[in-house]
Amino acid sequence: MFNIKSSLKIKDIQRKIAELAWGIGKITIMEVCGTHTVSIRKYGIQQLLPGNVRLVSGPGCPVCVTDKRDITLALSIATQEDVIFTCFGDIMRVPCDGRSLYSLYEEGKDIRIVTSPLDALTIAQDNPKKQIVYFGIGFETTAPLTAALIEAAEARGIQNLSVLSAHKTMPQAIIHLLKDDNTIDALICPGHVASIIGAHAFSFVPEKLMKPAVVAGFEAYDIMIALLGIMKMLHDGERKCMNMYPRAVKPQGNKEALSLLYKVFEPCDALWRGMGKIPSSGLKIREYYKKLDALSKFNININDDKFSINISDEKLKDTKVTSDVMRNGQDETNKCICARILCGKNIPPDCPSFGEACTPANPLGACMVSSEGSCAAYYRYSNLLHGDIG
Amino acid sequence: MNGKITLAQGSGGKAYRELIQKVFLPAFFNEYLRPLTDSAVCDGGERIAFTTDSYVIKPLFFPGGDIGRLCVCGTVNDLAVSGAIPKYISVGMIIEAGFEVKTLVRIANSIAKAAEEAGVIIVTGDTKVVEGGSADGIFINTAGVGVFTKERPPVEQKVKLKDKIIISGYMASHGMAIMAARMDMEFKPPIESDVAPIISLVDSVIKSGCKINAMRDPTRGGVAATLHEWITPDIDIVIYDEALPVRPDVAAACEILGMDPLYIANEGIMLLSIPECCADLALKSLHSTPGGENAAIIGEVINGSGNIYSITEYGTKRRIIVPEGELLPRIC
Repeated sequence: MFNIKSSLKIKDIQRKIAELAWGIGKITIMEVCGTHTVSIRKYGIQQLLPGNVRLVSGPGCPVCVTDKRDITLALSIATQEDVIFTCFGDIMRVPCDGRSLYSLYEEGKDIRIVTSPLDALTIAQDNPKKQIVYFGIGFETTAPLTAALIEAAEARGIQNLSVLSAHKTMPQAIIHLLKDDNTIDALICPGHVASIIGAHAFSFVPEKLMKPAVVAGFEAYDIMIALLGIMKMLHDGERKCMNMYPRAVKPQGNKEALSLLYKVFEPCDALWRGMGKIPSSGLKIREYYKKLDALSKFNININDDKFSINISDEKLKDTKVTSDVMRNGQDETNKCICARILCGKNIPPDCPSFGEACTPANPLGACMVSSEGSCAAYYRYSNLLHGDIG
Repeated sequence: MNGKITLAQGSGGKAYRELIQKVFLPAFFNEYLRPLTDSAVCDGGERIAFTTDSYVIKPLFFPGGDIGRLCVCGTVNDLAVSGAIPKYISVGMIIEAGFEVKTLVRIANSIAKAAEEAGVIIVTGDTKVVEGGSADGIFINTAGVGVFTKERPPVEQKVKLKDKIIISGYMASHGMAIMAARMDMEFKPPIESDVAPIISLVDSVIKSGCKINAMRDPTRGGVAATLHEWITPDIDIVIYDEALPVRPDVAAACEILGMDPLYIANEGIMLLSIPECCADLALKSLHSTPGGENAAIIGEVINGSGNIYSITEYGTKRRIIVPEGELLPRIC
């Protein structure tokens, strides 16, 4: 990690933001990415801003937006005989009708946390008699790694590996979320995603949504300088997409990663927790790689939010699952407002269950599960019990 | 002795005696063990400290240590932070049939070495062998006894207003070493656990004459968990982010996995709450003791209402909560 050399110190930026915010009314800025949410809470960035500037989280935590249907699919596959199910750590505890991958792991199912999708390849080679399934979660940042796994498995002719893809792409979701919105004034765009798809890919924010946007890095300084950029544009009435993370983000992104991504995947409609079906916002495995697609390998038929699968677990046999598409802003538990939080309509302390019935150890909704979920970040870093310290 | 552990070796018969004679006695031998009776008979003191802990760590061997070193240091350190002088430990093993004897020998030797380093004597032990599949290789339980003297009474374990919070060395090393090893994250060089006896560090502070209001070894749940055990409704504990000592490789691993070093386990450091007037003296004695070179004052106890928070390098505050659940690495 290195910092941009700049004559501006955090305190100077803080003062300039306050000057620009003076007299322009209430400003709401959405950080789209979960890693930004964590940095903002961790460094106490909100405390450095004037009272009329408020930060809200968006739908950029990949674990949080994974639909219940996809979690149920994962659970169904993980309970099959002779399956080693591999995934990133955060997704393990996402609850789904009283079960989670973690609860299956506690019951003794072979579920392994990996730090890179390519670890699944090694596991497959070490366990030729087992079927290894990798659960692909995440946006354009992690999808190229899953593509690399599929490509490598294809090249080496590995038979006992498949991928369950719940990958999603970011721009369509932002458009879907904010196309009729008048509560969010500007966006902090995800630096990690932009490093793959390029800063230009976010120019739809000023062009279609008529809001200023800044592609930002993840250190306190990066976020503060991005906020300064946003405040300057709001102050001057400008709408542009500024790249303020040039050390990692190129205008056109990472062409190699993108070409690998679209060699293996093609766009598809996807279910987003809290937002429902968004056209062309998901990534499905192309026909050519069909034998590496878990949907094909396990004979899974999906029809929107329902699916059927021939599985060994009696409890789940021929399950027709209705996903938790939010139609009234409430989660299936009726006590969780994850859906509204994911859309930036509420902040976590607005939820009646936050910090009481819903904690990281016992989460009701996905936003409390992932360390990058906005509820978990609020819970971890803000004081709830003895007066708010930020 | 070679081969694999068998159920017969846990039976109490000939094979069992052979295991004791060939593996454990050569490693642990001392005058208390020699009679091989049901109980060790030892010298004591007017008041003793007594503790026990079980070790089920995976992997058994990790950079910087192994289950053998860990099962001695963990128990001995629990005694040391109570203020007692650690004296005796027991070693109870539950071994899965099929376990490699040479691995067992390696663990036994590591136990013996750690006990010597810590200045404690292994006075009693037990071995059980269970069927393959009933245990994950080997589980070890150790119990320990320490003694208090007139000059060395138990530490009160109550933090007081205006105390300074001192840490004796780099934090989060053990937890991150285990996590990196478990996940095959190939750090070069690998992240090493800090597992070590902290007796000489405790001794140095006690001998400096400095009053200790509270002293703990922040193992599971890390420094955050210990601070939460210390907090009372009439005080706040403030930690300064910039003062927290974390080894660069450990900090990098935390960053990659989305972990906060405050919540990560340690096995070779202690946390002290020391009256303001003695804090510099305590720090000086730690700095001049091997293993205490990176000791630092990381925070203080102020008037308040039961909050624990840290001041970031930007002057903002963030809450330090009670650790919850098993720590899972983040995805990107």
